[in-house]
Amino acid sequence: MEYVKLSGFRLDGRRPTEMRHIHAEVGAVANADGSASFEMGNTKVIAAVYGPKEVENKGQQIGNKALVRCEYSMANFSTGDRARRPKGDRRSTELSLVIRQTMEACILTHLMPRSQIDIYVQVLQADGGTRSACINAATLALADAGIPMCDLVTSCAAGYLNSTPLLDLNYLEDSAGGPDVTVGLLSKLDKVTLLQMDAKLPLDIFENVMQLAIEGCKAIANLIRQVLLENTKKLEYLRGT
Amino acid sequence: MEQRLANSWRMSVNDKKFIEEALLSDIRIDGRGPFEYRRLTIKFGKEDGQSEVQLGHTHVMAYVTSQLVQPYRDRPNEGTLSIFTELSPMADPSFEVGRPGELAIELGRVIDRGLRESRAVDMESLCVVAGRFVWAVRVDLHIVDNGGNLIDAANIAALAALLTFRRPECTIGGEDGQEITIHPPEVREPLGLIIHHLPVAVTFGIFGEDKSLVLVSLVLHISIDLSRHGGRMTTTVNSNGDVCAIQKAGGEGVMPSEIMRCLRVASVKAAEITQTIKESVDVYNENRSLRHIKRHLKSAPVEVRVPERGTEGNETGGVATDFSKLSSSEAGGSPMVTKGEEAPSGDAVESTEDPEVKPLTLKTPSLKQETQSPQRTLRDAVKAKQKKKKK
Repeated sequence: MEYVKLSGFRLDGRRPTEMRHIHAEVGAVANADGSASFEMGNTKVIAAVYGPKEVENKGQQIGNKALVRCEYSMANFSTGDRARRPKGDRRSTELSLVIRQTMEACILTHLMPRSQIDIYVQVLQADGGTRSACINAATLALADAGIPMCDLVTSCAAGYLNSTPLLDLNYLEDSAGGPDVTVGLLSKLDKVTLLQMDAKLPLDIFENVMQLAIEGCKAIANLIRQVLLENTKKLEYLRGT
Repeated sequence: MEQRLANSWRMSVNDKKFIEEALLSDIRIDGRGPFEYRRLTIKFGKEDGQSEVQLGHTHVMAYVTSQLVQPYRDRPNEGTLSIFTELSPMADPSFEVGRPGELAIELGRVIDRGLRESRAVDMESLCVVAGRFVWAVRVDLHIVDNGGNLIDAANIAALAALLTFRRPECTIGGEDGQEITIHPPEVREPLGLIIHHLPVAVTFGIFGEDKSLVLVSLVLHISIDLSRHGGRMTTTVNSNGDVCAIQKAGGEGVMPSEIMRCLRVASVKAAEITQTIKESVDVYNENRSLRHIKRHLKSAPVEVRVPERGTEGNETGGVATDFSKLSSSEAGGSPMVTKGEEAPSGDAVESTEDPEVKPLTLKTPSLKQETQSPQRTLRDAVKAKQKKKKK
C-alpha cells in the first residue's frame, strides 16, 4: 500500500513530518487532584492523578521516596471492533509499567517520602500513538496536581514507511507493520527516558527516525507548556489577585 | 506492584558507592570491563527445540513446541509464534508464585517484539491450508536462576531453541485437497523453521550522572538492584546491523548520542553472540545426524505399525491416528526409517529402504476432528508409546 503519495502527502493529508491536530485540556476529572485530557487527531486519552497521599497498603511504603502507581486501561468502545479486553492483559500491563517508570523518572519522588501517587490513564479513542498520548496526558495531569517534577516528559512516535520517516503515525499507518519508534523526552534536559521500537530498521535510518520523534516531543512540550501557562493565568484571574 | 518491593535486597550506601567508584575507572566488581559479557554457554536437550543457556549465574531453559491450529482471521496464511515466560520463586525470591508479574510480562513482550515484529521467523512457511490449518509455534522460557540480565539470556535461549526446532512434515491430500497427512518423524525427516536473521538482545545498564554505560550482567542481586536505581535499556540488534527492537522504559535519561553509541556497541556484541549461537547449533546438528547413523548401524530395521487403537467411530483403519505427532518435538525419539523421499532439511540422514514399513499417514478427514485434537493429543501420545514398548 502507498502510505506516502507521489504528491508527498500521507493518507490523511498530512505531510511526512507533520503532526496531527493536538488539543490538550487541564481538568477533565473533577474529583481528582490533577487531571487532563489529551487529543491527538482521533486519539483521545484522559488521565487522573491522586496524591501525594498516605500509602494505602503499609507494606508497600518506601522510606525515602514516594510510591508511584499507574494503571492504563482502554475503553471497550475505543477501537473499531468492540472487543472486550481483559483488564490485566499483557499489553496493558506492560504499558502501565512503561508509563509508571517514565513518570517516576521525572517526579521528584525523594521530596515526598512515605507517600503514594496514583496515576490512572484511560484511552477513550484509539487511533494510533496511544502510548505517547497517555504519557502526555499523565504529564499534564501531574503538573495540574502540583506534583514536583524535574521536567515535563513528553512523548511522540515516528515511523518509517515507503522509505520516508513519518511523524506521529495513525492507526492505519501503525498497522502497516513498519517500524514504530516511540520516544519519551525530558525536553529541557534533552534526555531520552523512554524509547521503544518495533520491527526492523537499519542503524543510520533509525537515527533519523529517532531524531524526528525527538523533534515531535519538543513541539509537544511547547504546546503543553502553553496549555499549563494559560491554565495558571485562568486560575490567577479566578482568584482575583 | 507488590513484587518490586517484596524481598528486594537493598544495597548499602557504601556498596553502591564502591560500585560506582569502580565504574569510573571502567572496572566492574567482578573484574570485567564495562562492555564485557559473562561466560555464555549454550546446551541443547535430547530432543529438538530444547535449549539451556547459562550467562554467568543466570540460567534459562527454552522449549519449543508446535501444534496445528486454525489461523487468526486477519492473517489466514500465516502461522503463529507465541512466547511464554515462567519466573518461579525458585530462581529469585522476589518473583511471585502464580500470576505472572510485571517483570515476567515485560520480559516476554520484549523478546516477543524482537522475534515477531522483525519477522525473524518466516510465518508464511508455517501455513498448511490457508485459513484452516497453520502451525502454532510456542516458546516456553523457564528462568531457573536469576543472576541478572534475564532478557539477554532468555533471548539467546529462545533463539537457540528455535534454531534447533523441527516440526513434523505434513502434506495435503484427498479429493478436495483438504485432507492433511502428518508424517511422524520416523517416516519423514521433520523440517526446521525458516529463520531469516537472529535478533539478539543486548541490555545496557545506565549508571549515575556521568553517563557511564555498562552492560548489565553483574553478579547476583546487585545488578538487579542497581539497574533499578539507574536505568536499563534493551536493544535487540541482528548481525546485519539492523535494529529490531528497543525497550527503555523510563529510568535515567540518556542523550540521543549515547543511545547511538550503545546501538553501535550492541551490534558488535550481537555479531559475537550470533557467532556463538551458530557454532553451538552446528555442533548440535552434527551430533544429531550422527546419532541417526549410529542407530542404523547397530539395529535391524524396526517395524513401525499404525497403532491399532480402537478409536470409536472411525471406519477407515488409517484414521486411527497417532495424534501425538501433532504436538511435535518428538523428532528423533524413535527408530528412524525414512521412506524414499529425500528429507528436505538437508541433514545427513542415512535412509534405509524397508519394504515392510508403510508410511505412517495420518488422515484427518475433517476439520472437526482436527480441532478437537488438543484434548486427545496427550492421552493418545501416552497410549501410543506404551503400545510400542509392548512390542
